Amino acid sequence: MKAKQQSIKCVVWDLDNTVWDGILLEDREVVLRPQVVEILKTLDERGILHSIASRNDYDLAMAKLQEFGIADYFLYPQIHWNPKSASVAQVAQDINIGLDTLAFIDDQPFEREEVAFTYAQVLCIDSMQLDGLLERPEFNPRFITEDSRLRRQMYMADIRRNREEEQYVGATEEFLATLGMVFTIHPAREEDLKRAEELTVRTNQLNTTGYTYSYEELDELSRSPRHRLLISQLEDRHGTYGKIGLTLIEQDPEVWTIKLLLMSCRVMSKGVGMVMIHHLARLAQEAGVKLRAEFVSTDRNRQMLITYKFAGFKEVDRNGEVMIMENNYSAIQPTPPYVTLITD
Amino acid sequence: MDERQLKIKEFLSRFFKNHDLQAHEDIFALGFVNSLLAMQLVAFVEKEFGIRVEDEDLDLDNFRSIQAISDLVVKKSGAAAPVAQA
Repeated sequence: MKAKQQSIKCVVWDLDNTVWDGILLEDREVVLRPQVVEILKTLDERGILHSIASRNDYDLAMAKLQEFGIADYFLYPQIHWNPKSASVAQVAQDINIGLDTLAFIDDQPFEREEVAFTYAQVLCIDSMQLDGLLERPEFNPRFITEDSRLRRQMYMADIRRNREEEQYVGATEEFLATLGMVFTIHPAREEDLKRAEELTVRTNQLNTTGYTYSYEELDELSRSPRHRLLISQLEDRHGTYGKIGLTLIEQDPEVWTIKLLLMSCRVMSKGVGMVMIHHLARLAQEAGVKLRAEFVSTDRNRQMLITYKFAGFKEVDRNGEVMIMENNYSAIQPTPPYVTLITD
Repeated sequence: MDERQLKIKEFLSRFFKNHDLQAHEDIFALGFVNSLLAMQLVAFVEKEFGIRVEDEDLDLDNFRSIQAISDLVVKKSGAAAPVAQA
């Protein structure tokens, strides 16, 4: 385990005199800055997302971004006249990431100060000083996995899903049934380990212990006969969510202990965390062993505690910060009909 | 059902459509209680009734039925109320 390193997950861009030279409302012939295009492309390939916080006319600005061929890079663009601190917060909420993983780039000192004053945890950068940005450690994830390269497309699919979900009038469960979800669980193989490390570093909200593991530690755990390291993946008719879950179980003769269970925040509303836990409970029950889970409360992971408790876990012991819970198997539920579970 | 129970019933009915949920009916027996329902239910109870569900209250049995949730709310709001003058 190692200390959490702060890495940027999304860059929020101003437009006038930042993405392009000139002010769009005064001059329709603004000039795109080549350096910005290079940064957009490079960070996108690294799995870092982009958004916009601009005080501008929405239709005009979007048309200009289309014309420049860069509109698709930006998720949840905030183009209106509200304070930029509000825009930045909205982006964090829509993407479902922490404010401390955002960078904000603007040419106006006033705007940077307004954001920094409201949210000190946002990294504010002067758009006239972009040289060397690509080399900064915050913009260099340790690994670039298949999931990071596809991240923007996966978020785009999320936006389509959410739009459909908002328009759906039936019960949540009926909506989930329309998605045709396939949830796959398999032992982590060597090619999964980079993604596994990335998941432990990136995931805060849906992490039951907050432990992070390095590639080397995960490699060792995946080979250890005492441990079972599982990767889970979710797909639906909109496409794949990628590898979104990691579970580490320590297997002793009488007791299995879930040391770590995490899910990407992108699948929070799909309810698959519970599917995973019930699956583990069935496996442990069939193996004739007790199933325990470790849990460490952080300020963000309460949902995971709720998930464990609603799956029938009860606290049986406490070791400092670590709560130890046990499942008595009285509340095991089969996989819901709207999810196809594949295991190997 | 009293007003509190009706509010809880109304909330749960969003998840169990076309089912007339009874006060003592076990929601875990009705269908899969997923993480989303669990989270929204706890958030609903806290916001609607102005109580704080502590970690130790997060017991399956406290959320099993309309009656159980209602009992939890009564217990929590009673405990949170100022101590009566002797």
